Order: sequence, then C-alpha cells, then structure tokens
Amino acid sequence: MKEKACILACGQSSALGSIPVTGIDKLRKEVVEKVERGARLSALTAYGNPSGTPVLLAALSHPSTGKLEILRAETGTSYRSLTPECPSAHLFERLILEKWGIVPDGHPMPEPVRYPAGNPGTATFLSIPGGITHEVAVGPVHAGVIEPGHFRFQCHGETVKHLDISLGYQHRGIEDMITASPPNRVLHYMETAAGDSTVGHTIAHCLARESLSGTTVPARGESLRGIALELERLANHIGDIGAISGDVGFLPTKDYCGRIRGDVLNLTAVLCGNRFGRGLIVPGGTASEATGDDISEISSRLRLIERDTTNAIELMLGTPSVITRLEGTGTVTGDTAVKLGLVGVAARGSGVATDVRNEFPFGIYRFAQIPVCTWASGDCFARTCVRWLEVRQSFRFLREQLDSLPGGPERNHELPMQPDMVTVALTEGWRGEVCHIAATDRSGDLAWYRIFDPSVHNWHGLAMAMREEEISDFPLCNKSFNLSYCGHDL
Amino acid sequence: MLAILKARFLQKHRTMAYPKGDPPLLPEKYPGRPVIRESGCRKDCEACSSACPTNAISIGKSGIEALDMGRCLFCRACEEACPDDVISFRGDHRLAAVCRNDLMVRPGDPEEAPMKSIDAGAPFRRSLKLRQVSAGGCGACEADSNVLSTPAWDMGRFGIEFTASPRHADGVLVTGPVTRNMREALIRTLEAVPEPKIVIAVGACAISGGLFREHEEQLSGASSLLEVDVFVPGCPPHPLTILDGLLRIQGRL
Repeated sequence: MKEKACILACGQSSALGSIPVTGIDKLRKEVVEKVERGARLSALTAYGNPSGTPVLLAALSHPSTGKLEILRAETGTSYRSLTPECPSAHLFERLILEKWGIVPDGHPMPEPVRYPAGNPGTATFLSIPGGITHEVAVGPVHAGVIEPGHFRFQCHGETVKHLDISLGYQHRGIEDMITASPPNRVLHYMETAAGDSTVGHTIAHCLARESLSGTTVPARGESLRGIALELERLANHIGDIGAISGDVGFLPTKDYCGRIRGDVLNLTAVLCGNRFGRGLIVPGGTASEATGDDISEISSRLRLIERDTTNAIELMLGTPSVITRLEGTGTVTGDTAVKLGLVGVAARGSGVATDVRNEFPFGIYRFAQIPVCTWASGDCFARTCVRWLEVRQSFRFLREQLDSLPGGPERNHELPMQPDMVTVALTEGWRGEVCHIAATDRSGDLAWYRIFDPSVHNWHGLAMAMREEEISDFPLCNKSFNLSYCGHDL
Repeated sequence: MLAILKARFLQKHRTMAYPKGDPPLLPEKYPGRPVIRESGCRKDCEACSSACPTNAISIGKSGIEALDMGRCLFCRACEEACPDDVISFRGDHRLAAVCRNDLMVRPGDPEEAPMKSIDAGAPFRRSLKLRQVSAGGCGACEADSNVLSTPAWDMGRFGIEFTASPRHADGVLVTGPVTRNMREALIRTLEAVPEPKIVIAVGACAISGGLFREHEEQLSGASSLLEVDVFVPGCPPHPLTILDGLLRIQGRL
C-alpha cells in the first residue's frame, strides 16, 4: 500500500492520524535526500508519552513549491544520526536526546543543550591536544547588558581555531508549561519566548491556532499584524546596525541608531500601549483598537524616523574605516550556511535567498510582497548590508500599509480547535524563520507544542564565523548575528 | 568629518528635559499604575482574579483585597473582565518601591500613589554604577534598561551607568525569574560587587517569578537568593519607570 505523504500549504493543518508513521530509516532517508535537493529542515522533534514509545516528527519546508511536509517515524532508544549527512539536524537531535534520551548514533556531539537538570556549562568542550593552544572562557555573565551564555574559545595565539557555544542558562521550561498551565497564560508565553521577537512569535502561535480551528483573520487585522511585524524588524535591525557601529568604534551612528530604535518601539506602543507589542496579536486578528488618529500619528512619526535612519546609516556606510573593519570579518560561506540550515539575516548575508515572507507567505504577505534582500560576501559587512536593505523594504511596506489600511473589524471570533490535528506555522521574525508546531488532543486542547526560534538554527553559524578569526573579532561577529539566548533556551 | 558634522546637525540634540522638565509623553494606551475603586465589587465575583494570568489579584469576602504589581503583567485582562469597572489602569509611571508590600494596590488607594522615599543614601547620590544580570529574562526588561544609556534618555547625566565588571559596580540590576541555571552566576556576580551595594529587581519576573512563578526551572525572582533593595514592576517596565526608580534611589526625585 502506498501511503500518502503529508503536504501542507502555509496555514493548513492535518489530522495527526493520517500522517504515516514509518520506520526511522525511511524518515532519515527522506529527510537527507530532500534536504540535499533544496528542502529545509525546519524542525525535528519528538512527542508522545515520555514513558511510552516516542514518535519522531520532522517538518520539512520546500521553498520551490511553498509547501510544508510532515514526516513521522517510530524509534527505539537509539537511531542512526542524521547529522553526518544532514548537518542542519545537529541541534534538533541533541534536543531530542536531552528530553527523551533517544541517542543519535554517530552524532558528533551527543550532549544536552538546555541543561534542564540545572548543571549548565558542563558540556564536553572540544580541546586541542599538544599544549601550544590555550582556552579562553567567557560568560555566562558578559560585559554588556545582554543575556547569559558561555563561550569557550580554543586559540592559537590570537587566532580562534574553534568556538564552543554552551547555552541553557536561560531555560525557563516554557514548552511543557504551555500545555500544563491555564489557557490564559499561553499567549503570554509566546510574547516572552524571546522578548524582542514578541510579534514574530505571537503571530506564529496565532497562525497555528487559527489553522487548527479554522478561524479567519479580517483584512484590517492582517494588515495591522504586518505593520507590527515590520515595526519589530525595523526597531531591531536599526538597533543592531547601531550596535555594530559601536563595536567598530564609530560612535555617531551608534548613538543615533540607539535613539531611533526607541523611537520605533514607541510606534508599537502607540498601537497597543506596549513597546514590544505585548497584547497586540491575538487569535483571530489584533487587539489594538487602532483609531485613524493612531495610524496618522504613526505615519507622520515614521517619516521623520525614516529620514533620521537613512542619514545615520548612510553616514556609517560611507565611512571607509567602518567598511574596512567589517569586510572580510567573520565570513560564513553560502555553502556552510545552507548545510547548517541558517535562516534569516545570517543566511541572506551569505547569499542564501531564503525568507518565509516570500517562500511561504502568510497573512498580509500573500498580498504585499517584500523582495528578498541578500548580500553574497558572508561577512559582518554582508549582515550589516542585509539589515540596511531590509530596513528600507520595511519602511516601504509600512508606508504602503499605513496609507491603505483596510477598514472593518480587526479581529474575528476564535473558533474551537479541532481534535487530533497537527500544524506547522512559519513566520519571518526579524532574526529569521520562527517555527511553531502544535498538536491537539482528543478534546481539541493543545496536546503538545514546540517553539523553534531562528536562533536554534543560527548559533552554530556564529561558531563557524569565528574560525581562523582573531578573538578580538568576537564581539563584532556576535553582534552581527545578534541571536537570542532565551529563544534558544526557552 | 564634514559628513559627520552634517549628520550631527540634522540629528539635533534629542536628550529629554526630564527630570528638570516634563517627563516624555507616554502613549494613550500605556497602562501604568492600576487603581481599584473602593467597595465596587459584586458579591462572590471573581472575574478579575480568574482572568489574571499570574494570580496577581487576591479576593476576600468583600471583593478584591489587593492587586500585586510585583506579579502583574499589566496585560489589562482584569480591567476587561470586570463587569463594574472596579479596576482601571491610569497611566502613572511611578511604580518603584523599596518595600515588597508597597507593590500591593488596595481598594481606595489614590490614583497617584504618594511618593515613598527609596533614597539609598549618600554613596550613590552622584554616581551609581550597575552590573546588569539577566537570569532568565526574555530580553525586554534588558532592552528597556539598556535604552536608558542612549542619548534620548542619557542616564549618564546622573552618573548612572552599566559597567562591564561587577568589581566596578555599586550594585546589581537583576532581570528574569532567576533560572536554576543562573543561580550560581548571579550569587557570584553579587559577591564580586564591593560594599556598600544595592540590588534592584526589574520586572515582574525578577520580583516574583512573574509568568514563570510555578516553573520548577526557576526560583521565583531575585528575592529567593538576594536581599532586594528596590523593586521596579512591569512586564517590562517602561524605561521611564526604571529611570524614575534609579533617580529616586539617588534621591534626585
């Protein structure tokens, strides 16, 4: 009997029972082959009763068709690791090992990731024998106002041969509590999964819920969601460009962008009272009650912000000493980016044209397209340029949407979720692909839930960027990625 | 050089006049301090407390007893749920307090709470250097603290700065519910700060564990490990709320 594969369009869900459960070898073969042919492994996870037999679930995204595919397989206590042939599976396999104890045989680093037992930093770090190299340990508490994580450099003189990134310090145990807590907490978990990506994560969550329940979103709600998501992207990209400027010692742009970032956050607060968009995105639409005055205030303030931003960033990018410092620093080749499955700014900065808004358009992006911005050189300069190009696209998008905001309600009533269904929701947060996977139980409540922040894909990209670089380049490289610790650790 | 000067001219001087002048205008929808109307509750009504995601509202025989701003996410779910408009958020940004008990809002409390002194005394009056430690924070409290260093807020005017090393700091500003995995790092950071030192807990997480209070991966806030001197509620607190707290610690307000 030929079983039908589970192929979903963005926003669709499937009856969990209709997805064939194969042997792990078949899943492995399919994932490896399809990723080789251009699909992306958006998620690999396990679910089921911890005491029973867990089921592995892979979510593949096919940019060529704009479709998502779900694969399932049963496995015992170990299986042949996918990572040697499909490196983008490396962290997913470690997460499965950590939570379910299923060992990926042949994985180059079969270690836990989030250290839920409360013993972070106990990873086996790669070390170089021979006594001519030295180790540098940094963190968990860093020099700046920044989240905690531990970095272990293997150096020969000033040159970094290898960087191990050991995280887990921020682990709050969100995923399990989504289903164990009262339902009125769930949206707040999404808002704080990675606090600077509140809008990206809440939209992904709402897409999942709306798909499971068949709830539709009115045009005004879709447009307001897009506005909030692009404001979030603007704020963070502008802040990042400023921070990069600060790290190369060019203070004017650092100061201007630091202020402008706050100006953009204040626009989100005009919509909902909170600078990060808390309370704004709800299943069925948005909860802004935005008036015409709110919208025209945002429009007029945005014009000034665009002028100041353009001035500040062009100043930086027109300064030869800044360019020299950024060019050739922290290079990740396009080939490495594809193999590691990098997403978002990090991938596009290595010339990989991937963007959920374009490949798997959701919400307003089905109607208002945003071109994919790439830069081929893979260095800190490329990641800065991609941000600047995207800032310009976001400004254009915002102008269009604010000028032609549809009338009518911004929110539809949320319908009950269907029982025994599963869905995969993708959004393009400002860091990159946000992936949420949700499944319902027999009574239509959430049975299990997985959140994959873009940082899960991208942290190893930073480690690769540091190879053969000087250790003093680390702050700059780190800033050019600016990944989330709590989004990774959840 | 000319380009830099030209940009400087265009970008202007943008540091706010506050605290000498008026505080910056907050958006209309900004919640601010909650106010509870006296004896407005219906009998046996628990609409607000069951709507609250963090159990911040306690109900007694005659209705609401108190709303704990130390747990409150300022999501306004209670305001929306109340059939009689007993709870309302009135936009006052001044929320910082020395005493955990002062974060309790009770029925009949005035809209603008009396400013209780949180002055930490002479050592910090003209210079307050802080080491920020995120212990499970989501990045929002961190960002709204960090923004105070930008030219718009420029807390350097008051001698307030975030330092790279705890050895150079007068205190620790904690964010996040204090994850188990950050327990040791937080204790050791505070140990490295020379005396006299203060501990400031910023955000619902750092004050009480906030949304994550019942998670076994965390310790329900900084008070579980350290003696907290100042609490700044919010999720996250507005930068103005944090700055107000810092200036009052210095005795400037």
